Amino acid sequence: MEGWETVIGLEVHAELATATKLFSGARNEFGGDPNTHIDPVSLGLPGSLPVLNEKAVELAIRVGLALNCRVQPSEFARKNYFYPDMPKGFQISQYDQPINGEGWLELPDGRRIGIERAHLEEDTGKSTHVGGGGRIHEANYSLVDYNRAGVPLIEIVGMPDLRCAEDARAYVAELRAILVAIGASDGKMEEGSMRVDCNVSVRPVGVEELGTRCEVKNINSLRSLGRAIEYEARRQVDLLTSGRRIEQQTRHWNEEDGRTHKLRSKEEAFDYRYFPEPDLVPVVPSQEWIDEIRSAMPMLPRERRSRLAGAAGVQTGAAALTVERGLDDLAVDSIGRGADAARVLVHIENNLADGHGALTADSFAALVAMETGRDLTATQAKTVLADLVESGGDPAAIAATHGFEAMDTSLIEELVDDLIARHPDDWAAFVDGDEKERKKKSGFFVGQIMKSTRGQADGRVVNQILDRRAGGPARQD
Amino acid sequence: MSTGAGGMALAMAAAVRSGERSARSVVEEHLAVIAGREDEIHAFNLVAGDAALERADLLDRSIGAGDDPGPLAGVPVALKDNMCVRGVPTTCSSRILEGWRPPYDATVVEHLSAAGAVVIGKTNMDEFAMGSSTENSAFGITRNPLDATRVPGGSSGGSAAAVAAGFAPLALGSDTGGSIRQPAALCGVVGVKPTYGAVSRYGLVAFASSLDQIGPFATSVADAALLLEVIAGHDPLDSTSIPAAAPDLLGVLGRGVEGLRIGIIEELSGSGPRSLEGIAPDVQARLAEAAAALEAAGATVEQTSVPFTVYGLSAYYVIAPAEASSNLARYDGVRYGLRVEAGNAVDMNTATRTAGFGDEVKRRIMLGTYALSAGYYDAYYGKSQKVRTLIIEDFLRAYESYDLLLSPTAPTTAFPIGAKTADPMLMYLNDVCTIPSNLAGHPSMSVPFGVGDDGMPVGVQVLAPANSEPTMFRAAAVLEAAAGGGAS
Repeated sequence: MEGWETVIGLEVHAELATATKLFSGARNEFGGDPNTHIDPVSLGLPGSLPVLNEKAVELAIRVGLALNCRVQPSEFARKNYFYPDMPKGFQISQYDQPINGEGWLELPDGRRIGIERAHLEEDTGKSTHVGGGGRIHEANYSLVDYNRAGVPLIEIVGMPDLRCAEDARAYVAELRAILVAIGASDGKMEEGSMRVDCNVSVRPVGVEELGTRCEVKNINSLRSLGRAIEYEARRQVDLLTSGRRIEQQTRHWNEEDGRTHKLRSKEEAFDYRYFPEPDLVPVVPSQEWIDEIRSAMPMLPRERRSRLAGAAGVQTGAAALTVERGLDDLAVDSIGRGADAARVLVHIENNLADGHGALTADSFAALVAMETGRDLTATQAKTVLADLVESGGDPAAIAATHGFEAMDTSLIEELVDDLIARHPDDWAAFVDGDEKERKKKSGFFVGQIMKSTRGQADGRVVNQILDRRAGGPARQD
Repeated sequence: MSTGAGGMALAMAAAVRSGERSARSVVEEHLAVIAGREDEIHAFNLVAGDAALERADLLDRSIGAGDDPGPLAGVPVALKDNMCVRGVPTTCSSRILEGWRPPYDATVVEHLSAAGAVVIGKTNMDEFAMGSSTENSAFGITRNPLDATRVPGGSSGGSAAAVAAGFAPLALGSDTGGSIRQPAALCGVVGVKPTYGAVSRYGLVAFASSLDQIGPFATSVADAALLLEVIAGHDPLDSTSIPAAAPDLLGVLGRGVEGLRIGIIEELSGSGPRSLEGIAPDVQARLAEAAAALEAAGATVEQTSVPFTVYGLSAYYVIAPAEASSNLARYDGVRYGLRVEAGNAVDMNTATRTAGFGDEVKRRIMLGTYALSAGYYDAYYGKSQKVRTLIIEDFLRAYESYDLLLSPTAPTTAFPIGAKTADPMLMYLNDVCTIPSNLAGHPSMSVPFGVGDDGMPVGVQVLAPANSEPTMFRAAAVLEAAAGGGAS
């Protein structure tokens, strides 16, 4: 790929977290028995008419504001094509007048990726084609579930500003974090509530003009997004370097074989015959409403990362995981109560993957203080933390019920000496080994001590004793 | 009631409400008329005799208990077969809806129920309301009760014929390009297309959504006013519904036209250099007499030009098929109605639509699909929308000088069955006078005014600005009185 540049633009569909569908009162909820979240409008029954869900408009405006878009008067249009899971034979979408015009998204490293538009549309149902490889034309029969039909979607169309798979993944991850943070969507790619279509083209480095693009569909995870982009870019470069041309196509990512496959060419593309949806009136949100939505917007991940980074005295990158887990309020508050920032972030990374449960900033700060004051070892602190998450309470009291107290250093020294005596070969390897070998052996010795003290010894103290006994730290070769 | 003109439905409801006669006797009487002539006329796709009698008994019991069922107590109403009634087959006179029973009531049906009306049947129509003679029904033609060799007009021909034949004193139709007013004119009854958005479209099977509007048929202006008052009003289930209460019409019927300024649309009058051709001389003559009657009642009447109305027909035959091509896409055999089995879902879809739709419907789906296609959109759909805007502006300009406008409803009286079926363009021309109101979204109505050389009724069309139904009905009442109609 030397000498080539990949150009990527993403179209992300996210289901909006409303209680009901975009144009009717049927439930918007993942799962459920097939065809249970339906009503005359979701089924497109004759005579039924759409009525716009105001909450969906509000969430769409939130998305627009979070992506720095121009929120503007908009209209719905009909996108016409036949498919069994599309009950009306058309999808109600927005075409030339989307609710959100141009904006941008800032990646964690500060680069801005342009947003072309973010518009409202309804989702389709789900088809299952049984037999014939799952294709509609060859299937023995087809089943349709309309539970998803009419669920509100926001389609966020990005500019072709991304240049590599890694950036594309960062973009989607950040977009997902934003959507979750503002309550617009649950962003679950695995449940299909967030879906990514990817436009890829390549061009020789230094060339301004964009190459012919292909759109890749059926990307169901961040991992497959990266793989699909890399495969597709490689495919295009191979074609061009062997003197052939790129045909504009829609392609299908196949997770199993790790390749993209042609769905249709530009000539075979559907003519959607868009025209203004006559059953709906234009959406003209008042400035007062937009201001009201803006003032109620929660802090965005970008702002939360820099807030935490400021409080913890670290780079925003180190704060990212904490924000992603939604534990930045806890971290900032705990650090504000005097807890050691590094210990706080370590606990969040290692011990709070499933959230903070009943743990409060007060008890978290108290626990970390006990740990840094050597009243608890790291292992003990982890045990107490788990209890706090489970049921809350006072860390000192919980430590007492576990019988945790800092062990006397002299007692640990005795145990270490005893251990050395019983394992002379390991000890020799520790003393004479290089840094790598010593680390391996220290792991063994610390592990043994921890085992015999049931975690009550402080690992740092054990290491200090080992170093002292060996006559200093590892030799530097 | 402040009008001099009587109303058959008004009198019926008054008698039922006062206990003077039972709802059952009213319904039985109409079922007897239907039994006597329906085989010949074929106004109905379905006569709901048992359900109507059951409903009448329920009303009679509630009246006996001292309740007032409402302004249409015991009055039979015929519904065009494109309006949904829970559990009752709704066919749009198309095979493609075979076997479908809606799980809900149209908003107008709820209004009728709340007013004490009795739905007596579902009336025949041109398939999906596409036609001007009710000859495009999949279930056979409807005949004009005044001369069974002639058409009743369309597409709401069954509703017009039902009222004209005395099968029901009231009926509802839908009007996309004249489908209430033209059959009203051809059958000699009153027919109203209200302002777009005045009556909810929820539960009306769509033909062309931006043009469709439900409205009443009646034997008198007063009865039409009564029915419109019942069905109009804001509906949150229809986003295009006007957020206002139903207008008071019965209260203003007797106010006359003294001081009103009324313009005859030269382009649609048949006379004058700007007029379209094809308006029959006898129709022109009745229009002139109607104008004279309004003048005699104190209005100022003069000819005026509304130039873009002549392009209405062309614009309509792009916009309406375009919307229809999309609205009718849902009939794919997957969820309801006809399904013709085939090897897979795609082939099943094609087979179903091929078998389920009639020729006129297919013609319009193709027209509309073409007009919306990439590369043709601007030339057809885009251009037609511009013409539509010009027509609206034209009307608004005219209404700066006039309170109401006047034209014939249809170019001719009812024509013989089969006379225009071979030539779609000839059939389309029937709606040349009525289409401009649909494009503008303005109300207009047809009032019977004398007969043509063939003895068949002529309708005069009164047009009004948006939401000016009260003024429109005042003029209609004057015309009715002058024509000697509205007898009760």
